Amino acid sequence: MPPQLKTLIPLFAVFITLFLVARYFLVPDSFGEQGHYRFNSVAENKERVLNYAGKEACAECHDDKAEELGSDVHANLSCETCHGPGLAHYDNPEASNINIPRERTHCGLCHSFNSTRKELIAQIDLTDHNVENKCIECHNPHMPWEIKE
Amino acid sequence: MKQSRRNFIKKAATAATGILATGILSPFNAVIFATEKPTDPTKVWWGYGIDIEKCIGCGRCADACKSENNVPREPFYFRNWVEQYTIKNNGEVKVESPNGGINGFVQTVPEEDIFKSFFVPKMCNHCHKSPCVQVCPVGATYDSPDGVVLVDETYCIGCRYCVQACPYGCRYIHPEKNVVDKCTLCYHRISKGKTTACTEVCPTNARILGDLNDKEGALVQFMKEHNCLILKPHLNTGNKLYYNGLNQEVR
Repeated sequence: MPPQLKTLIPLFAVFITLFLVARYFLVPDSFGEQGHYRFNSVAENKERVLNYAGKEACAECHDDKAEELGSDVHANLSCETCHGPGLAHYDNPEASNINIPRERTHCGLCHSFNSTRKELIAQIDLTDHNVENKCIECHNPHMPWEIKE
Repeated sequence: MKQSRRNFIKKAATAATGILATGILSPFNAVIFATEKPTDPTKVWWGYGIDIEKCIGCGRCADACKSENNVPREPFYFRNWVEQYTIKNNGEVKVESPNGGINGFVQTVPEEDIFKSFFVPKMCNHCHKSPCVQVCPVGATYDSPDGVVLVDETYCIGCRYCVQACPYGCRYIHPEKNVVDKCTLCYHRISKGKTTACTEVCPTNARILGDLNDKEGALVQFMKEHNCLILKPHLNTGNKLYYNGLNQEVR
């Protein structure tokens, strides 16, 4: 054996051991189980907090409103389309924590005139149509095709 | 060299057969598996469909996404957003997305100048061969076994390579966490049997979440009934976001 190797081999052995020890402590659990990533992260992504409850959850208590909504062209709408995330309200109905939009601009998000969607949906000109009043003063918000008395 | 011509012909013939065989073994995939097939066809492989012909540009999807996933409300941070495309009679294309469409859209081009206009909701394409996954230096972003591109927040170093690499502009750096954030296809919801927040609130059912391996499922049915296209197919990223009514002008 050449004399150089006698010193080099132990030195390499030390470096490789150090590398393996460092690697053992630095590579996180589950890294590389399914690919070049930490597999536990998939479960962590599943555990995030939900905010939207879904239409069925709303209908458990508010079946009357769900029925009204479902009776015509708004049947595809989810309650949370207008009212915002409702899971907190579902878990704790006592707290008044659901959003109730009453402004004209909210209805206008879909129904204000825009030529891009003119063939898709009933539209009004917000600057012209009964400007003084809010939409819900005349239209039942859950059945807007019906005009209030 | 002895018999060099014969050897050359032999080698050339072997190579040609090899290339031909690879071509036969992995034939061109139709749009349903845009550029790649699922690793396991018996399990869920998430995909998404958007029907541009149904979108009315209310922006509820972009708003719901922010509420569900605690995305900062400032108008630069979006996991999904809506764009209003207006093609004028003179050929100019105007693309607008004020606050991602959350506050609604106003058509500023006079109607007589409009050749065509439509809304395009945008979000992560959940590519199977994502450029964003390829560039991550630490393995903090990955394609999950069920086909959703996810981020490992605890492992991301915030280097922004993936933000640059995404051809669809679907990533941003979270201003408080200083790590990258993107659409997770509401992974916390879909893994519990619920639909995504954007699909839940869409008033016209323009958004369809589905399993590409479920041949009777809503997404595959949607793709059967419509001629769907993907964004930037030439990039060969293996998108799993399918658009019905996609115009060539959409980038």
